[in-house]
Amino acid sequence: MTCWNCGAAEPARFCVSCKALQPPVPEYFAFFELAPQLALDEKDLQQRFYGLSRKLHPDLFSRKSPAENEHALEATAVLNDAYRTLRDPIARALYVLKLEGLDVGEQSTKDVPPELLEEVFELNMALEEARMGDADALAQLPGFRVRFEAMRAETDLAVAQVSTAWDATHAKQALTDLRGHLNRRKYITNLIDKTNVPDRV
Amino acid sequence: MFQIEFDNQPDLVVGIDLGTTNSLVAWMNLTQPEVIPGEDGDKLVPSIVSLTEAGELIVGNAARQELIDHPERSIYSVKRLMGRGIEDVRDELKLFPFRIAEGSENVIRVALGDQTFTPPEISAFILRQLKKNAETALDARVTKAVITVPAYFNDAQRQATRDAGRLAGLEVLRLVNEPTAAALAYGLDKRKEGVVAVYDLGGGTFDVSILKLQEGIFEVLATNGDTHLGGDDIDNRLMQIAIEDIQAEWGEGIAHSGEAIQTLRQDVIRVKEALSFAPSVNLEFAWHGKKYQRTITRELFDGLIQDIVDRTLGPCRDCMKDAGVTPEQIDEVVLVGGSTRIPLVRSAVEVLFRARPHTELNPDEVVALGAAVQAGILAGTVENQLLLDVTPLSLGIEMYGGVASKIIHRNSTIPASAGETFTTGVDRQTNVLIHVVQGERELAKDCRSLARFDLKGIDPMPAGFARIEVRFLIDANGILSVTARDARTGKEQTVEVKPSYGLTDEQVEAMIEASIDNAEADYKAAQLSGIRIEADGIMAATEKAMRNKAWLTLTDEERAEVTAAMNRLKVVYCINDHHLIHAQVDILNQATHKLAENMMNTAVQGALQGTKVE
Ligand SMILES: Nc1ncnc2c1ncn2[C@@H]1O[C@H](COP(=O)(O)OP(=O)(O)O)[C@@H](O)[C@H]1O
Ligand SMILES: [Mg+2]
Repeated sequence: MTCWNCGAAEPARFCVSCKALQPPVPEYFAFFELAPQLALDEKDLQQRFYGLSRKLHPDLFSRKSPAENEHALEATAVLNDAYRTLRDPIARALYVLKLEGLDVGEQSTKDVPPELLEEVFELNMALEEARMGDADALAQLPGFRVRFEAMRAETDLAVAQVSTAWDATHAKQALTDLRGHLNRRKYITNLIDKTNVPDRV
Repeated sequence: MFQIEFDNQPDLVVGIDLGTTNSLVAWMNLTQPEVIPGEDGDKLVPSIVSLTEAGELIVGNAARQELIDHPERSIYSVKRLMGRGIEDVRDELKLFPFRIAEGSENVIRVALGDQTFTPPEISAFILRQLKKNAETALDARVTKAVITVPAYFNDAQRQATRDAGRLAGLEVLRLVNEPTAAALAYGLDKRKEGVVAVYDLGGGTFDVSILKLQEGIFEVLATNGDTHLGGDDIDNRLMQIAIEDIQAEWGEGIAHSGEAIQTLRQDVIRVKEALSFAPSVNLEFAWHGKKYQRTITRELFDGLIQDIVDRTLGPCRDCMKDAGVTPEQIDEVVLVGGSTRIPLVRSAVEVLFRARPHTELNPDEVVALGAAVQAGILAGTVENQLLLDVTPLSLGIEMYGGVASKIIHRNSTIPASAGETFTTGVDRQTNVLIHVVQGERELAKDCRSLARFDLKGIDPMPAGFARIEVRFLIDANGILSVTARDARTGKEQTVEVKPSYGLTDEQVEAMIEASIDNAEADYKAAQLSGIRIEADGIMAATEKAMRNKAWLTLTDEERAEVTAAMNRLKVVYCINDHHLIHAQVDILNQATHKLAENMMNTAVQGALQGTKVE
């Protein structure tokens, strides 16, 4: 790699020789100068985000050359995308899975986790009845929601646990477990959305 | 060889609040943002444009009377039409006397007399007036600006605003969201840390934003609003009852007369504005010898507008939810916009956010002041403050089956980007059309169509083989751009943009081309009127000084010199040459130097040097 502006070798975020802003590192953790990790200190991340914003934001480049301005726009877009992803534990976990080549499949959300089969069956019944105008069934929905939300909280806890485990060991098994938890979580979230029936039903 | 240093002076960048009702221009005067008044001394320039019989365009207070006398050659509230399509404004047309011209299918054209203009062109007339006001007052050329937009403006409305700036000969360095600008204006003297809600109810739009302030960083957490809610709706309520009353009392309606409606509207607005400070106000309307009058009490008024005020509360609650804050966590509330003077609005805001709103800064000026601060940030004169804003609406692409797949979610910090890979559906297909929409709804047809991007020149291949990586980038202005790359070859792909609403780049260029001469003429006129104001000031002060006893302390020669300089200035005053007048003003300034000093020394009041006209 050489600096786009002066040709100096191995430029950092800013070229050591001409100080020009370089194209951003696309990998989110590297962008924040962090190692890939699942359980990260969100306060620290925020401080890094503010610190980098103060260096990279296009507002600070409006008097520089158009080329450097463009780099600031690119870099800040990556910064913001990275921060949005890494600050949220779930988005962060999905990102780590992708980095490690374990994408969460799309179709997996359609397969009902076996332990949820019964609940899902009952929910669908209640929804169907509610749609037909059954007030009792409608009244059951908040109860479903409470139960599903408790399940999601449980899953979040499990996600946090495997996260710590993976950070410590980088064991492949931890990631596979993580993927399982995330799929289950996604499934539960869909169920919760279903229980949010507008009042006018 | 000489190397001329151009860059050592910070740029002069002005901040502009291009409002539905009123527009303002401000700048950073050293460390303080300051609104620049027009020649009539008014800081608020009514967003009214009128084309006189002589074909001259007039803007602001001067156009106000024209609006009544010649509604067919005048326009107000043009901001409501910015970036919108003809179907969008049908409802609007029932309440606003816009004269939409023939051939408005792609871009709305409004008729002023026998000429037609697009909304960006009309906005450009307003911007030009503001530019001229700034050039006159600052005696400097103004070519760069920050312009504010409602936070809830979509991409097309933002593009239209930027086009207006370009048409007015301004390089628009940044579009800033109005509520965010207001927070910036407040943050300047406070430097508080905490969570701030900004509630902005103007003439035509409503915005709410929630920000986190920390060490000079203004991070917008969420924004919400309604681009069709404001004081105009309140006016319409009063209009409605007045029109009904008149119909009943006089036995004939006035709705058919544009002139009558305009007059009544202004009467109604006066009543509404007075009601913010008085418990009851008389509405009086006279027309062709007939009189209508009715007492409007605050109670009646509050009942009339309750639902309008209520309509602002939903977006506020959604905004808090999206920001992840409860009312208790909101430390401060800032009120912006003329309509927040209404007591019912204030109390509703206070109840909702459980905090007494800030009103130290004039709600009419606060947005322009904030725009000037942002201008200072860009010019490099304001340091350690940084605005991190968000996109108000989700960006989606239309998928097979009409579903809008969200690729950048609303309230994402901007600049923001997203990448998607596209392929072809049939063999040897060489282009792919991507329909981009903005909005929260499930189906693309229920969202706002932004543009169709045509990826062209794909190598012919069997269906599904092509891999075109498309990058969507929303910049710091909230405006989308799209680039594409062939993933196999790495080759940049051409993307042809067909905006769903508004002007194409070529159209804007053509309009700019046509208006460059005007910009030059405008600048000359601004310079001239600026220097004449200065000349008026010094001549008036000199004449006054000649009657002062200090005049007698000068020698005969000195007195002759002053008199001669005075006379020469009077001679060149009417010549349309800015430099000539400037030179004579300088000479008179020199000649009266001693006189001014002597006046000071004799402790006579009123400085002569540098006297400004009031
Ligand atoms: N004292 C007042 N009481 C009620 N409404 C007011 C008052 N003063 C101004 N307004 C209204 O505020 C609106 C203009 O506010 P402004 O912030 O300038 O709007 P915009 O930003 O849309 O141009 C108009 O509808 C005007 O009638
Ligand atoms: Mg406003």
